[in-house]
Amino acid sequence: MSPAGHVTRTEAPLIHIADVHKSFGKVEVLKGVSLDVAKGEVICVIGPSGSGKSTLLRCINALVPIDRGSIVVDGQEVNDPRLDKLQLRRKVGMVFQQYNLFPHRTAIENVMMAPIHVLKQDRREVESRARRLIAKVRLEGKEDAYPGELSGGQQQRVAIARSLAMNPEIMLFDEVTAALDPETVKEVLVTIRELAEEGMTCAIVTHEMGFAREVADHVYFTDRGVIVEHGPPREFFAQAKDPRTRQFLSQIL
Amino acid sequence: MRAGPYGTTDLPVLLPFRPGARGAAEPAPGLGAAWGVALALVFALSAGIAEAQSDAGRPSTVATILKWTPLLAQGFALNILISFLAMAIGTAAGTVLGLCQISLLPPVRTGSWFMTQFFRNSPWLVLLFYCMLLLPFEVNVGGHIVPLPDWFKATVGLALPVMANVSELVRGAIRSIPFGQWEAADALAFSRRQILWMIILPQCVKRMTPPWMNLYAILTVATPLCSIVGVNEAMTLTGDALAAEARNELLVPMYAYLLLWFFLYCYPISRATVALEKRFAVK
Repeated sequence: MSPAGHVTRTEAPLIHIADVHKSFGKVEVLKGVSLDVAKGEVICVIGPSGSGKSTLLRCINALVPIDRGSIVVDGQEVNDPRLDKLQLRRKVGMVFQQYNLFPHRTAIENVMMAPIHVLKQDRREVESRARRLIAKVRLEGKEDAYPGELSGGQQQRVAIARSLAMNPEIMLFDEVTAALDPETVKEVLVTIRELAEEGMTCAIVTHEMGFAREVADHVYFTDRGVIVEHGPPREFFAQAKDPRTRQFLSQIL
Repeated sequence: MRAGPYGTTDLPVLLPFRPGARGAAEPAPGLGAAWGVALALVFALSAGIAEAQSDAGRPSTVATILKWTPLLAQGFALNILISFLAMAIGTAAGTVLGLCQISLLPPVRTGSWFMTQFFRNSPWLVLLFYCMLLLPFEVNVGGHIVPLPDWFKATVGLALPVMANVSELVRGAIRSIPFGQWEAADALAFSRRQILWMIILPQCVKRMTPPWMNLYAILTVATPLCSIVGVNEAMTLTGDALAAEARNELLVPMYAYLLLWFFLYCYPISRATVALEKRFAVK
């Protein structure tokens, strides 16, 4: 349980998702999903593959436009045609399953690019921040390595540092350990847990149930485009009510 | 998971440049060189035969060829100049056209696609003729009359198919960059223009360089087409020299000599292409 675990849900949520629908062609991926994330809260979304978890995350930073419903991030309606997407994405960092580092730039350049070119910040100031972030994800000495020279876990930690360099208010993690070798999963999870403990608002899609139980303030179980069940991790994992949730948990735990 | 010499990653973007295609892309070692040797042999043999056939008292074949070499070199220099310029113009225009092919505006996309397909599927010689006929012999640039010599018109004619091929190279290279690169850059709030110029295109340069060099070699060996439209390049001048000598036995050695020039110029380029592919493969 993180220190930020006792979040009061009285103030307006940082992310408010209401009745979101999304189809790709004829396939309806999200069929009316609603959830709130308070500032400083850590939510984990679990569920079988193809249940719309990753799509949901991508809707939050407008990588995927929604068909119907409403997503409000820090007071901004994401489903508004006049939305300044770039403005929104400055507030919302995202880390991907496949890391997606820029392979033609070194680790530290990956971290520095967006603050310099998107936020137009001073290069020297950005560089010292980038070095701090690389140290924070325990990669001192790897600043000048190219992504291809780093292990999966190391690349994923650079990707986290790259996102943090934008000073986001929210971090989205999309199955960030799914592509990793088992022995490097832990180093990435440790990094995320530290972030969560520092009070970063996080939405995490994961298959790591132990991690979800440990780090989440609230766990959501999705299946076939809807949220089947949700609750604080202790209750959720111990007393799941819905048969689909139970079946999923029995398969994976 | 494939455990190759580059670690155990199976992520395409992290894998070295075209690892699987290395063997296929590389011309069988020595094959090119073998051609060069064969060419030199043809040249030597035909020179020998010509020597044997020529009447006594005339200058030897080799001496005759050497006599014309400065002129041929001059012509060849024009071939190189044309190839450089056509490549430069074609690359610049082709890059723009290739970017238009991935434009978000449908009319721009369709128009550039059509233009690319049109010039890519037209015979080079026909384009050359069209340029010779359609371009004026002089243009008015801000009050100055700038003459357009034939060789320059021919250069434009060759630049058109180069442009179309570069356009396809650019489009294909951009398409070959994994979608995750766009997504990650989008998520970091880069604008579309920034993503293209700072993240996608720099990665394309590596992928495009070897095929681009191949295109240059193809263009260079196509420059003698200009002789048909009357440009005084190496091919034309070889014909002129042969006409002046009026010795039939010189035909084969002289043209073999010209082939050798082109071979000696283009073969290192093809070697360099292979070397570059290898170097990019390591990083």
